[in-house]
This record gives sequence, C-alpha cells and structure tokens, in this order.
Amino acid sequence: MTLLSLSQVGKRFASTQKEGGTRALGSLSFQIAPGEFVSLLGPSGCGKSTALRLAAGLLEPDAGEIAYPGGKPEIGFVFQEPTLMPWADALTNARLPLDLKHVPRAEANDRAGQALARAGLDGFEHAYPRELSGGMKMRVSLARALVARPKLLLLDEPFAALDEITRHALGDDLLRLWREDGLTVLFVTHSAAESSYLSQRVLVMTPRPGRVAADIALATGRDTRLSPPTIQAQRAISEALSTAMAA
Amino acid sequence: MNRLANIALPLAVAVLLLGTWETAVAHWQVPRYVLPAPSAIARAFLDNFVSLMAALAATLMVSLEAFLAATVLGVATAIGFSQSKLLERTLYPYAVILQVTPVVAIAPLILIWVGFEHINLALVIISTIVAFFPILAGATLGLKSADFNLIDLTRLYGASRAQVLWRIRLPTALPYLLSGMKTAGGLALIGAVVAEFVAGSGTATGLAWRIVESGNRLEIATMFAALGLLAATGVAIFAALSLLEWALLRRWHESAISSQS
Repeated sequence: MTLLSLSQVGKRFASTQKEGGTRALGSLSFQIAPGEFVSLLGPSGCGKSTALRLAAGLLEPDAGEIAYPGGKPEIGFVFQEPTLMPWADALTNARLPLDLKHVPRAEANDRAGQALARAGLDGFEHAYPRELSGGMKMRVSLARALVARPKLLLLDEPFAALDEITRHALGDDLLRLWREDGLTVLFVTHSAAESSYLSQRVLVMTPRPGRVAADIALATGRDTRLSPPTIQAQRAISEALSTAMAA
Repeated sequence: MNRLANIALPLAVAVLLLGTWETAVAHWQVPRYVLPAPSAIARAFLDNFVSLMAALAATLMVSLEAFLAATVLGVATAIGFSQSKLLERTLYPYAVILQVTPVVAIAPLILIWVGFEHINLALVIISTIVAFFPILAGATLGLKSADFNLIDLTRLYGASRAQVLWRIRLPTALPYLLSGMKTAGGLALIGAVVAEFVAGSGTATGLAWRIVESGNRLEIATMFAALGLLAATGVAIFAALSLLEWALLRRWHESAISSQS
C-alpha cells in the first residue's frame, strides 16, 4: 500500500545568477505508506522543503511524477514559521481551512476549539498571535493543520525556530496526535536527533540537487529521546548524513 | 507623567508665544491690518462665528466627500492592480502622472469642464485627485505584502481568488491603507482649499474664500481666525483618522501597541 509516491522528481528554480536556473531537486524518488511517520532529513538548501511543496501540490515538478495511488488525501501543512493571521485570534486562525471550505460557522468554531485543545491550547481561543509565545503560535499552526481532519500531515521544519524544551514538548504532542488520528506524517528536518526519536523511517537527502541517499527504517524501542535504540538510530542517521554530504 | 508632558509642553509654548505676540503688538502699536493681536483675532472669530462655521461646514463637506471618493476609488484601483499585473503596469504610470502634476495647474481645466454651475462637484473632483494617490499607494503596497506561505496555505484548501482577497490580502493591507488614509485626510482638506482659491470669488463659499475675501478687505484678524480654523480642522481630521487606526489595529498590529506591554 502506498499513500504517496514520488518517482524521479526534478525541479528547477529560475535564477538571475545561473543560466538555466538552480536545480533544487535532481531525481527524487520515495514512497510513503499510509500511517507512516517519515522524516526527510538533509542539509540546508537540499530541496527538502521543495519536495514537501511538490507533494502538497503547491509546486509543479519539471520532471518525474508525483502520485497518490489511493487518490489525493486531505492534506495538512505546517510551515517553519507559524504563518498565522496576526489580525485574527487563535480560534479564527485554526478555523481558516474550514472557513475556506464554507463549513457553517457554529460547527467550524466547535471543531477549531477542539483542535486547539488537542494541540494543548485550551483556554487560548481568543488570544491573538502577538500575545502567544513562539511555541504556542506553532501549536495554533498545528491545530489549523489538523482541523480539516487530514490523512497526510506535511511539516516543514516546524520546530526549527523554537528552544529545545518547547521543541521536545511539541514533538511529544505531535507523536500523540499521529498515534491518535492514524495520520501519515512527512516531517522535514535537519536534526538527526529529532528524526531519530519521532519517525519510523528517515530519508537522508544529498546536498543540492537533492535525491535520497539513504532510506533508514528505525528499530522499535525508541520510547524516550535517551533510550539506547534512539541514540543508536541517531548515530546511524548522522553517519548516513555524513556519507551523503561527502558523496 | 509622560502623557501630561505631551499636553503640557506644547500648551506652554502656545501660552508663551501668544503672550509675547499680544505684548509685542501692544508695545509697538502694530496696526491691525498688518498684525492683529491674538485677542483681536479671538474677537473677530466670535464676531464672525456663524459665517465662519458655515464656511467651515462647506469646506469640510467638500473634504469629506473627496476623502471618501478617494478612499473608494483608491482601494478599488488597488484591488484591480492586485488581481492583474497587466492592469497595474498599464495604469500605474498614469496614477503617478496625476500625482506629480500640481493640482493648481489642473484645477482651472476641471472647473471649466464641470462648469461653475456644478461648482461643488468640481471642488470635490479636484480635492479627490489630491487625496487619491496616498490611498492607492498604501493599498497597493498592502495588498502585495500578504504572507506568501499564508496564501499557499489557502490554495491547499482550494480557496478562490475572492477568498484570498477577503481573508488574507485585505486584512494585511489594512495598516498600509490606514497610513495612506491619514495622509489623504489632510490632503483632501488642502485640495478643497486649493480648489476654492482657484474657483475664486462669487462661487465658492468655504473657508478659503473667507480668507481671500478678508484679505481683500484688509480684515486681517478675520483672516487669521479662518486660518486658525483651517489648521484646527486639519488636526481634527488627522486625530480622527489616528483614532480609527488605533481602534482597528490595537489588538494585533505592532504600530498600535506600546512598547511597554
């Protein structure tokens, strides 16, 4: 069973410096099964964010194919920045996908409230983004991504700008939501430690133009960030990353 | 303490200035038709209160109509620009030409075209031309400033252009638009006054005409009173728009939030 499949996907961006543009992705291929938690790990500029946008349909590939064999699922997207509407409170922000789909206001408020509560923001429905900390803003962003009940959650280095303690708390919450909802998660990160704890599988990418250098299935028993299997996985991922960088 | 100083300091300067003025005029016995004392100006203001207020109402009406027209036209044009790059590239130069051509130079033409029998309409059009550009510039910049990621997100949920405009672009543009409106409010008043000056005697009934008329009659005190009224009106317009800005932005925009909070 495959939820998402990328085969030999290539993408160039127009550039003023380089003739023919910059090649962001070389020939990227990978598949994701329903219910998986997959990390896409690579150095900055390797095209992992581009891959995520391609998967979401926000960009069109120049080459190769992106397929959803079971039909394109409802997708939730979380950016590196919270990307909230500063003029709207947390509830209105979380409700945006439902508003865009013309869900009746009462039902939308209900569902947005529940999504905020599940993301750990009970009682902050009417707070404005500027009144929230970085971690709480990211929680609003997460609630917004979940409110339309997606099958596939795409996250683009969502915790990169947060401090370590907040990052850990949000990571644990993400794991809980993934388990509860039976989500499929594609998680872009440049942290081997983060991917070793959160994901079941790690796709290590090469520098630009990015392609998958290693596909690492992680062992079970990674119950905490310091469990020996987690540490072991982290080492394997780091080594694969070094190899990919040198290649 | 700080807020008190904000009021007390300018007030102290005013008292000092007016006191010096009054004393100097009395001491050197400056003729009334050169420089009237503040007390004489106040008396002229009270003596001509009714007619000055009627003149103010006329000028204010023209300014407000022009301001509203400029806001509606400016926002509508900016929305058009935001929806079509081609439209923007085609028309923006003309908006700039309209802006850089001195309005006193265009005013006679407009008065002739519209006709002196529709003098009020002509005044409103001239004033609208003056107030239009800051609204257009502010709204255009604001509509373009929307967060690209936020717009991408709406695309993910199949949002229409109208939804993106209404839910993302327009709210983003609001602070820029309000800033343009603050400039445009003062300009609408200036435009109305300039238009009245150009329209000249017998037709206009506003404050500018009172200034011209008082000058012709060497009633310098009345002239000062009209001038003071004009300045006060400009300040009131600015204050009203600042209040509107504060009311609309205080919950979320950095500009409306004091650094202490």
